[in-house]
Amino acid sequence: MEKYRINPSKGMEFGLYSLGDHTVNPLTGERISAQQRIQELIEMSQLAEQAGIDVFGVGESHQTHFTTQAHTVLLGAIAQATSKIKVTSSSTVLSVSDPVRVYEDFATLDLISDGRAEIVAGRGSRVGAYHLLGVDLQDYEEIFEEKLELLKQINEEDYITWQGAFRAPLKNAQILPQPKHGSLPIWRAVGGPPASAIKAGYMGIPMMLTTLGGPAINFKHSVDAYRETAEENGHDSSTLPIGTTSLFYVADTTKEALKGMYPHINSGFEAIRGGGYPKQQFAQAPDTRDALMVGSTQQIIEKLLYQYELYGMQRFMAQLDFGGVPFDKIMKNIEIIGEEIIPAIKKYTAK
Amino acid sequence: MKIVMLSGSIVGSKTKTAMLKAMEMFSRAYPEHEAVLLDLAEYTLEFSDGRNYMEYEGDTKYVTETIMAADALIIGTPIFQASIPATLKNIFDLLPVNAFRDKVVGTVVTAGSAKHFLIVEQQLKPILAYMKAHIVPTYVFIEEKDFLRKEIVNDDILFRLERLVEDTVLTVEAFDTIRMKQDEKYDF
Repeated sequence: MEKYRINPSKGMEFGLYSLGDHTVNPLTGERISAQQRIQELIEMSQLAEQAGIDVFGVGESHQTHFTTQAHTVLLGAIAQATSKIKVTSSSTVLSVSDPVRVYEDFATLDLISDGRAEIVAGRGSRVGAYHLLGVDLQDYEEIFEEKLELLKQINEEDYITWQGAFRAPLKNAQILPQPKHGSLPIWRAVGGPPASAIKAGYMGIPMMLTTLGGPAINFKHSVDAYRETAEENGHDSSTLPIGTTSLFYVADTTKEALKGMYPHINSGFEAIRGGGYPKQQFAQAPDTRDALMVGSTQQIIEKLLYQYELYGMQRFMAQLDFGGVPFDKIMKNIEIIGEEIIPAIKKYTAK
Repeated sequence: MKIVMLSGSIVGSKTKTAMLKAMEMFSRAYPEHEAVLLDLAEYTLEFSDGRNYMEYEGDTKYVTETIMAADALIIGTPIFQASIPATLKNIFDLLPVNAFRDKVVGTVVTAGSAKHFLIVEQQLKPILAYMKAHIVPTYVFIEEKDFLRKEIVNDDILFRLERLVEDTVLTVEAFDTIRMKQDEKYDF
């Protein structure tokens, strides 16, 4: 776990992440400017650090309703604005980038942040980046596997000799700068059915698993499959961290949380996926067994501990700004997380 | 209420004839509601490549967005090789997983043989159920002998089409009531 800069004795890490979505606040019908959205993300990372949150992540999506296409640039600003919090992508759509450039960017980010940078590499659940950046969707699976392998190799070796189908070969290439401690924590972003988790297991790479909603137990299959596959392929699964991610909204009461989150999650899904969030399903969400993190402080703590028992993850990442949530609500969430949720979680999970 | 009449084939005339008739019946009985006919023969659609439907362009975007904006659909399908045509299956493939949630779907089927009667039951309804449609249980099965020169000549079919249109509208209203009653319970 040290290799991935994780110290389990300190308890489960708690992080925040954003996709950088830029949608209308359904309560006012207005959308803040892209500049304000970006500035608020930087401010949010500072508040998160002050609240004792461990990680802050920003992801990239290359299409309408998003504003952090250049997520590495924003992560650089966040690294400069903070001093303790880990800075990560959430995620980097590796398939549309050159792994060498990605590594150069994040190694630089690691130097700016004094050893706090991480990469979460994914295929992207939206395909806008593929069309825009000229990558054939036909290669969706293979291109990612190849690029992630290369990224991993760059992280592990000093001189790279490599050949593949989607990039020019490398011969004894030195990729510079090097990160502060020689390597970066690199995670594989995993969503959907266990097939993708199994691929992470084959590779023996840390897994960041989305658990956006529905019964938490359903995601246990992915966790088990990941660890089993890792073991079968000669990796010690006890050294591989797992992180989980979910949409998140906490308030003083369940009622307030449901009321606070619904308009945003519904209109956000409407804008990005073209179909809202069913009310009946949302009404079930505060139940401990449901993975969607909505509820009172106590309900959220119970959900997190329930999931910790279920998955034994080392990190939980919360997405609390989805669907035009206004900044005062984001601040309130961070306050409750820092004052009540993190102390309760650490108390239970630290050794 | 917005209803889409989808003619699911790009060849032949019978499914389209039936859908035009359903369209006429709907407009006469419910002039206050909006109906749109989507005859796939008039559009050039891409095959689904896994994109979200909103990310397509041109006809593909128009057809999928029109379907997604509807409260109800009546799907007209011929039978090709003992199944629905590929053009109709492509529509389903273009749409997201829960595309028909909170939508009512009725079916009209035209077939060359009575042997095809259960194809809707065994092949189309499972797709609609998977996509979360409220399915109108009874469908209208029309054979070649029921048509003459692009007109439906069997009164039984005409009566049954009228009932399908009415059942579709009533089912939308019924589910609206259920949803309102459910939503009343929630204060978010």
